[in-house]
Amino acid sequence: MANVALRNLGKTFDKTTVLHDISLEVADGEFVVLVGPSGCGKSTTLRIIAGLEEATTGEVEIAGRVVNNLEPKERNIAMVFQNYAIYPHMSVRKNIGFGLRTSALSKPDRIKRLEEVAALLDMTDLLDRKPAQLSGGQRQRVAIGRAMVRDPAVFLFDEPLSNLDAQLRTQMRLEIKKLHQRVGNTIIFVTHDQVEAMTMADRIVILKDGVIQQVGTPSEVYHKPANTFVAGFIGAPSMNMMAATATSQGIRLFNGPTVALVQSDLTVGQPVTLGVRPDDLMVGTGQVLAEGQVVVQEPLGAETLIYVSVDGTEVIAKASGRTPPAVGETVRLGAATENLHLFDAATGAALR
Amino acid sequence: MAIVEAIRPTTDALMKTSAPKKPANLGQILRWLLLFAGGIAMIMPIAYMISTSLKWPHEVYNVNLIPREPTLENYTYVLEDGRFYMWFWNSIIIATITTVSNIFFDSLVGYTLCKFRFPGRYIIFIAILSTLMIPTEMLVIPWYLMSQQFGWLDTHWGIMFPGLMTAFGTFLMKQFFETVPDDFIEAARIDGLNELQIWWTVAMPLVKPALAALAIFVFLGNWTAFIWPLIVTNSTEMYTLPVGLSTFGDEADVAWELIMTGAAISTIPTLVVFLIFQRYIIQGVVMAGLKG
Ligand SMILES: Nc1ncnc2c1ncn2[C@@H]1O[C@H](COP(=O)(O)OP(=O)(O)OP(=O)(O)O)[C@@H](O)[C@H]1O
Ligand SMILES: [Mg+2]
Repeated sequence: MANVALRNLGKTFDKTTVLHDISLEVADGEFVVLVGPSGCGKSTTLRIIAGLEEATTGEVEIAGRVVNNLEPKERNIAMVFQNYAIYPHMSVRKNIGFGLRTSALSKPDRIKRLEEVAALLDMTDLLDRKPAQLSGGQRQRVAIGRAMVRDPAVFLFDEPLSNLDAQLRTQMRLEIKKLHQRVGNTIIFVTHDQVEAMTMADRIVILKDGVIQQVGTPSEVYHKPANTFVAGFIGAPSMNMMAATATSQGIRLFNGPTVALVQSDLTVGQPVTLGVRPDDLMVGTGQVLAEGQVVVQEPLGAETLIYVSVDGTEVIAKASGRTPPAVGETVRLGAATENLHLFDAATGAALR
Repeated sequence: MAIVEAIRPTTDALMKTSAPKKPANLGQILRWLLLFAGGIAMIMPIAYMISTSLKWPHEVYNVNLIPREPTLENYTYVLEDGRFYMWFWNSIIIATITTVSNIFFDSLVGYTLCKFRFPGRYIIFIAILSTLMIPTEMLVIPWYLMSQQFGWLDTHWGIMFPGLMTAFGTFLMKQFFETVPDDFIEAARIDGLNELQIWWTVAMPLVKPALAALAIFVFLGNWTAFIWPLIVTNSTEMYTLPVGLSTFGDEADVAWELIMTGAAISTIPTLVVFLIFQRYIIQGVVMAGLKG
């Protein structure tokens, strides 16, 4: 059992608190992604789990024991860094073998293990090269190999793909996911890229300013965002947000139509925010939400994104790829009621 | 400091070799002339050293570069004089031990000051740096009194103790360890190495060029040191090469031809040291060039 549990974790540097009361349970074998904007405390959380940083308050538990007072090497974890941290003066073989220096394995077993890992990562032919002779993707594989070779209870990844170009990133994303399915270790993966989070995670943890905003499966955080921050952060392009007020007939958009959306727990006159994803907002269907002129077209092939100016703000909607409305044309945008999201205007918390 | 700067421009120079050739302009010609003048100024003393070592005593004060009747007599004399080997050996021992000691301690202290956060770290660093401002001449007397009290006068230890660690070396190493990313150190920590192992197997190999520069610098400095060895030694057997060479001749006359012969021979180890370590400097430059 290699679960990871964070209990009321807090971290203060000098006088600034960068983590507030982080609590999270990661099950054995789970792939959890921490995602959030730059500076929100993702790396700090990961470094506390690794033991590279001390928690100011709270507990870290790995495989059923509290590890707060254990050295990194005693925690049975491995970490892959953003800039790989593979040693330029050592061959690939030495780099991968580095993780075994302190293991109890016999020499032949070590060699066997090293070769297993190299084969798994498709690196057997590269073992005698120096890092300078490798491509970015290969270097990243060496870093992963070095982490894997010890077969740690938990893998920690800190933005391991952000130095790779887009195509390689997509490929490595898939490779890491496959690797996880094969080896089954617990993985905690940090990224600021929501696409990475959505595609790889069993569960996503969304952080902002050191506070957990939501924990859930990719589908949960996409379809049921807990607040406006999560709604805006997950999914590209971002969810459209429109100011509105609750009335007895439904939700009246600012300077716009009233949407027949009856919500029992709303008080009449309460200011709310209505959210709708560009994907769900289409020309001339469902509940009419807005009307305006097309300002920009963004053809994506099968479909076209249109930017529509509504009362001075831009709303993004989806249109057909073949016959999109022309720039300058006035369109009516609507969405199905079940695709509408409602948030409290003051707190940003989801209301449905 | 000079060395930090001295190594870095070499990287740029290497990179620039691929730039397309442009026809020489006036500025470039001026630069070549300056370099040429500098080169001559550097080479002349060495040329005169070798020339003088090949002259007969009566020709020494003649400024001609080519000896009229060249002779190897001086070399035979110096090499047959047992004292030369004694001094040579003393210098080798002192320069070698001091170099090894500096490589070890300067880098250890530099690494600690660079990579560990502890209270007083900055003050310690400033204190070490500030000793750079004290000239050797001011330190010689306290060193002497100290050696006298401890009974270190006229011993190898007495000659080398002031130089076993240097503020400059510590500073140089600290600056170079700044270029080693913390991730490397943390990765090694997670892989289970203790702090000394991390320093030795991860950090040290990554600063090899700086270590090579430091080695050359310290070796040369101690090989040519004169004032302190002269003061702390009394007996001929304890002299280092520069001190010993200066005693060639008698009260009436300084035997320049013998001194120059000894000096010419004594440049050989410095050349060897330079050739050995220069390789690492170039390697380091190449490595830095390939990074990223
Ligand atoms: N050693 C430190 N001393 C002081 N403040 C720090 C230290 N390390 C991190 N911080 C601060 O803590 C906050 C969180 O940093 P952290 O590195 O965890 O962010 P992150 O979410 O990983 O961001 P990024 O996506 O840019 O890597 C930041 O505001 C940062 O300035
Ligand atoms: Mg980070």
